[in-house]
Amino acid sequence: MDASLPAHMRPERSFQGFILALQRFWAEQGCVILQPYDMEMGAGTFHPATTLRALGPKPWNAAYVQPSRRPKDGRYGENPNRMQHYYQFQVIMKPSPPNLQELYLKSLAAIGIDSAVHDIRFVEDDWESPTLGAWGLGWECWCDGMEVSQFTYFQQVAGVECAPVAGELTYGLERLAMYVQGVDRVYDLNFNGRDGDAKVTYGDVFLQAEREYSKHNFEVADTAMLFEQFKMAETACRKYLDAGWKDSKREAHLMALPAYDQCIKASHVFNLLDARGVISVTERQSYILRVRELAKACGEAWIHTEAGGAA
Amino acid sequence: MPDLLLELFSEEIPARMQAKAADDLRRMVTDKLVAEGLVYEGAKAFATPRRLALTVHGIPARQPDLKTERRGPKMGAPDAAVQGFLKATGLTSLDEAKIQRDPKGDFYIALIEKPGRDAIDVLAEILPVIIRTFPWPKSMRWGARSGKPGSLSWVRPLHTIIATFGPETEEPDVVKFSVDGIETGQTTYGHRFMAPDAISVRRFEDYEAKLKAAKVILDPQARKDIIFADAKELTFAQGFELVEDQVLLDEVSGLVEWPVVMMGSFEAEYLAIPEEVIRATIRNNQKCFVVKDSKTGKLTNKFVLTANIEAADGGKTIVAGNERVIRPRLSDAKFFYETDLKTKLEDRLPKFEHIVFHEKLGTQAARIKRIERLAAEIAPLVGADVAKATRAAHLAKADLLTEVVGEFPEVQGLMGKYYALAQDEDASVAAACEEHYKPQGPADRVPTDPVSVAVALADKLDTLVGFWAIDEKPTGSKDPYALRRAALGVIRLIAENALRLSLMKVAASALAGLSVKPADAQKLPSDLLAFFADRLKVQLREQGARHDLVDAVFALGGQDDLLMIVRRVEALGKFLETDDGKNLLAGIKRASNILGIEEKKDKRSFDGAPDAALYSLDEEKALAKAIGEVTAEASTAVAKEDFAAAMSAMAKLRPPVDAFFEKVRVNDDDAKVRENRLKLLNEIRSATRAVADFSKIQD
Repeated sequence: MDASLPAHMRPERSFQGFILALQRFWAEQGCVILQPYDMEMGAGTFHPATTLRALGPKPWNAAYVQPSRRPKDGRYGENPNRMQHYYQFQVIMKPSPPNLQELYLKSLAAIGIDSAVHDIRFVEDDWESPTLGAWGLGWECWCDGMEVSQFTYFQQVAGVECAPVAGELTYGLERLAMYVQGVDRVYDLNFNGRDGDAKVTYGDVFLQAEREYSKHNFEVADTAMLFEQFKMAETACRKYLDAGWKDSKREAHLMALPAYDQCIKASHVFNLLDARGVISVTERQSYILRVRELAKACGEAWIHTEAGGAA
Repeated sequence: MPDLLLELFSEEIPARMQAKAADDLRRMVTDKLVAEGLVYEGAKAFATPRRLALTVHGIPARQPDLKTERRGPKMGAPDAAVQGFLKATGLTSLDEAKIQRDPKGDFYIALIEKPGRDAIDVLAEILPVIIRTFPWPKSMRWGARSGKPGSLSWVRPLHTIIATFGPETEEPDVVKFSVDGIETGQTTYGHRFMAPDAISVRRFEDYEAKLKAAKVILDPQARKDIIFADAKELTFAQGFELVEDQVLLDEVSGLVEWPVVMMGSFEAEYLAIPEEVIRATIRNNQKCFVVKDSKTGKLTNKFVLTANIEAADGGKTIVAGNERVIRPRLSDAKFFYETDLKTKLEDRLPKFEHIVFHEKLGTQAARIKRIERLAAEIAPLVGADVAKATRAAHLAKADLLTEVVGEFPEVQGLMGKYYALAQDEDASVAAACEEHYKPQGPADRVPTDPVSVAVALADKLDTLVGFWAIDEKPTGSKDPYALRRAALGVIRLIAENALRLSLMKVAASALAGLSVKPADAQKLPSDLLAFFADRLKVQLREQGARHDLVDAVFALGGQDDLLMIVRRVEALGKFLETDDGKNLLAGIKRASNILGIEEKKDKRSFDGAPDAALYSLDEEKALAKAIGEVTAEASTAVAKEDFAAAMSAMAKLRPPVDAFFEKVRVNDDDAKVRENRLKLLNEIRSATRAVADFSKIQD
């Protein structure tokens, strides 16, 4: 931890200081620090900086905060730690460096978690995302019995074998910050690190939104529109993928990213429909498959783009 | 003789894979050594979260030399044959070959000596192959090399390999090889946090000791012993008792290299949650042990955690942290439990209309209806109240939709019981909510309450008949719907409760309740019966009892009363342990063999009653008389289901059968007498069929 930081910027005092500390740490490791992707998504992994950049031979090191939307997890602001919107901090390094575990542990030190007094453990967790056609092996990282991060060596993403393999770290920011700040309710997190009247809490920023979106997600979201949007996104994704091939040889692709945006869209719309309870158990599987097919087609397109490593 | 030390140091290996990996490593290396002619004295393998280690001691320093002789062409053979021989054997000229004389002429013989190689060279060849082909249940690629084909796969990234070889008294050599860029050496690392520096080791003894000094207990059993002893002591010191849990202990010992046991607590108000739920919460999510009050035997608000570190603050932060994690977990569990109590079980049922049990077998709601109907039908056969059995079947699956079971699937059934009791259901109905899943395995308890029995049978038979109807039977090692377990459950429910029911009838009724109509519906119940027979055999074999007797009983045909089948098999087994039984079996087999041969010769069977007028010898008459008496006596006993008495009756056949074979020549010159005697032999066979087909019994 940087001792020169003003008190209100220290990671154990402020949520924003906590995020900045992580960004700074990973910037020091050579990562590009990106800003959140401007679309709704269920996890930081959906960001094209992970999903697509994990593919292909080119080295890629990035870190970013990604707001994650899980419509079903909304609790109208009444649960101390479950929300339909929260932040993930995502790190991706390709190829995975040999000392990624050490880097991770140093990053914990940077946010005030000292491995001399905390019990930090790597507990088996095989990661799989059926919607992204992705899987990897790694761990849940535990701090004193609490899961604070996911650590994954991607083996396959969007149906494409990772060569080389990327290492991915995902920090659940609120949970970690709660631990470091010593609060039991997420809305009590000190957001800006100030005291008294100047103090802004996580609840000041997000509680209203949690209530509103919970109502929206569970009760009001227009399902007819959403069903339509799902179809539109699916159709558009296919259309852009088709139109993206440079020529009939299908060796070079020019439009994987816009197509992938539609895949992200479809996935989020599906999550909303799921939260509204209008998708039956059997249909659910087929929707997941439909998103996966889009993700795979986008992955296939991406490895034929210049950034994706096509010659 | 020299020893081998091998260590594969990696990132954290999943706890559940460690024991098998250590065993595989030992087996693969030692098998290969033996195959290479290197017979070793002993081997032991170890695993921690970060390393697999193997020591093999007493390996010969060299392989034995191999001497072989190879026969070549005859003297004076064409030059091409001679050249071929020289080339194949490596001789420079025929002068180096011996000449061997044999009746066909004089031949050249080459003596080939293959000198044994140094063991260290053999190791350098076999170890990398073992590493590359190691059977991890799941393995992965990593790092820059994973971009190229043929890169190493390991359970998690592999960092270093120690491989040393040498006798105790000398500095050992490094077995030189490299796998995917990792060169073997003598360096490993200590505990991730407490002693992370590199350690140089020579051989197993200093390796294990240096690791211990670097806060790594290599031997998993030692780690288990420490955790178990410390946990017991810690709880005992405060007047509590550890709730022992072997599976959890195994797992926890695979999560730490340096176990440090500590105790934490939670708010006593959470003890209002059912104990099983508290235990599931703490065990599954936190990998901690629960603690009971040694006086009351009830859970107390303590838990035991195993950290991987001796913390600078004595563990205060760690205990406080774990308590902070467990508290909201229990708070969730309590909330789930209390929420669940607000909804009656039957009010949850409509949701099952939308939950598919199996694509071809309809919804859970349809399945529950079938089980209700079947349970009502079975109830009178097992002495259960029909209304209670129907009610129990109606509610038994409802807890699947509760929050607690959603969170902790392993308490399904049990929660059903709690919720049923909470809504004042009859005690038997509540018990059946839990017990209808039983028995879950060969060691599980079999329910005895008739209501539980009726629902348990209905549940299992509906499952079996359903999957039979859609042709999803178990094959080989694949049994995704646990149908073998269901069938064994049915067998145990019937046998241990001494129930009488016709499986064919119940199966036919279950089949009639299905909406799918299989093509071969008529065959289904008897197919299923054959599956039960197989399961029964497996069960008997596992109990160390004779399983061939099952075939002997089923061969009688028309047997679908499992209890009677089991009783017959038992009686038969006992009988065959007696001298009378063994000799009678021999006699019957002899009769069967003779009949078999003669039937084949004459191309006819010898059915029909023998003609008493044709008996000429006393032994014939005595046997005929005995058969008559025994048949009558055995049939009466079988009708009374007294199989032991039927066996005693059978025993009376032994002396006349023995005497018959001693004195009577079956193949008499007089064709009529011969035929009559064969018919008499046939009578023995049929008399004994009152209890079993003895010819199906193996010797």
